[in-house]
Amino acid sequence: MGVLSLFDGAAAPADGAWSVSQVTQRARQLVEAGFPRLWVRGEITGCKKYGSGHWYFTLRDRAAQVRCVLWRSDAERASCTPEDGLEIFAHADPTVWEERGEFRLTVRQLLPARAEGDWQLRLERAREALRRDGLLDPARKRPLPVMPARIGVVTSPDGAAWRDIVAVLRRRWPAAEVILVPARVQGDTAEAELRRALALVNRLPVDVVIVGRGGGAREDLWTFNSEAVARAVAAVRVPTVAAVGHETDVTLTDLVADVRAPTPSAAAETVVPDRREQGAVLRGFARRLQIGLGRRVELGAQRLDRTADRLVAAATGSCGRARSRLDRAAATLEALSPLRVLGRGYALARDDAGRVLTRTADFPAGTGFRLTVQDGDVAARAVEPAS
Amino acid sequence: MTDRPSFREVLDRLEAVVRELERNDVDLDRALALFEQGVRELRDARALLEAAELKVRKVVEEADGTLGFTDPDV
Repeated sequence: MGVLSLFDGAAAPADGAWSVSQVTQRARQLVEAGFPRLWVRGEITGCKKYGSGHWYFTLRDRAAQVRCVLWRSDAERASCTPEDGLEIFAHADPTVWEERGEFRLTVRQLLPARAEGDWQLRLERAREALRRDGLLDPARKRPLPVMPARIGVVTSPDGAAWRDIVAVLRRRWPAAEVILVPARVQGDTAEAELRRALALVNRLPVDVVIVGRGGGAREDLWTFNSEAVARAVAAVRVPTVAAVGHETDVTLTDLVADVRAPTPSAAAETVVPDRREQGAVLRGFARRLQIGLGRRVELGAQRLDRTADRLVAAATGSCGRARSRLDRAAATLEALSPLRVLGRGYALARDDAGRVLTRTADFPAGTGFRLTVQDGDVAARAVEPAS
Repeated sequence: MTDRPSFREVLDRLEAVVRELERNDVDLDRALALFEQGVRELRDARALLEAAELKVRKVVEEADGTLGFTDPDV
């Protein structure tokens, strides 16, 4: 009676019959609960796209067929466009379309199954696993350092990628140090070597890591689509730049890295500034230094000017004072002038040479001399010798 | 692994010097000292830019797990 228990909770009609709606709804619930999302392989037939952007088609193999719908939003993200005769892998949710009582697949993703189909399917699974773990989240992306002092490079030591990276760094930013962490990038050991190298990078004092290889055939790039390699890139503790040289394919490594560059050379250019630009920055600093000091000196000079003005002012002031002192001195001098004394009745006796005669010995009898009085000189002669 | 001052560090120091120099309250002695320091930093930065030769190394992991470095030919 286990089957009946599935219908517990369904309405129990009085006449013992279910309505069509009831049975189709129940069928949908059972189908949706009973199937996880799964990959279905088949050939597309009866493909039709509606104006709404939704696709309807049938997927079939030799023995059976199932109706499918691909909603517009999923169709926009799909890896290929449905067309009749195309063999595909469909990632789908089985359901029942109640209005028609029809078993149907709601297709979420589809991939061409022929040739590339297998690896695309694996790639898609790996991508989903990474997305589930949040490793493809844009918010996870870290900004690159502006001027890395040390750059780690995970690639083959023999490849063009390494040579290109070194050439670009040498030209643009020789102030840096570049450290190669060698790993084969194709062949059976490539995946293990890349994982090991990426783990080793975390033991180096680098500021940024470039991981990649030069361009190659699609199969050659396969290693960079390895989920394990992508996870190793995600685990690098400094910002990463993926440079898997291929214009058209984006690898899982590209998706997980913080920055994707189209080529190894482009990765190197992304990672470092250009020394010519930085030369201009230095010239800017030189100018600021000069202007800064110039301004400061100018400021000092202005202060000095003000100081000099005060000095001059001070000097002028003292001169003025000196002059008035001089004037006063002159007045005093005049006051002390002997002529003034003469004015008071005294006379000055001098010989012909102008020497002042002050003692009686200066006047032998008969000596002629001159007497200067207030208003002029008088000729005079001593009458008798001094006693 | 040798340490040379990173360009970034020198730029940061230059920036600090210039900023202080551009302040109005710095006295003349200090301004001259800053200018001289700035000129030295500029010289270092230019040397890093112009004379520097890219250091290129290759990691070698020894058997005991320690890391060594060699100079690869590039």
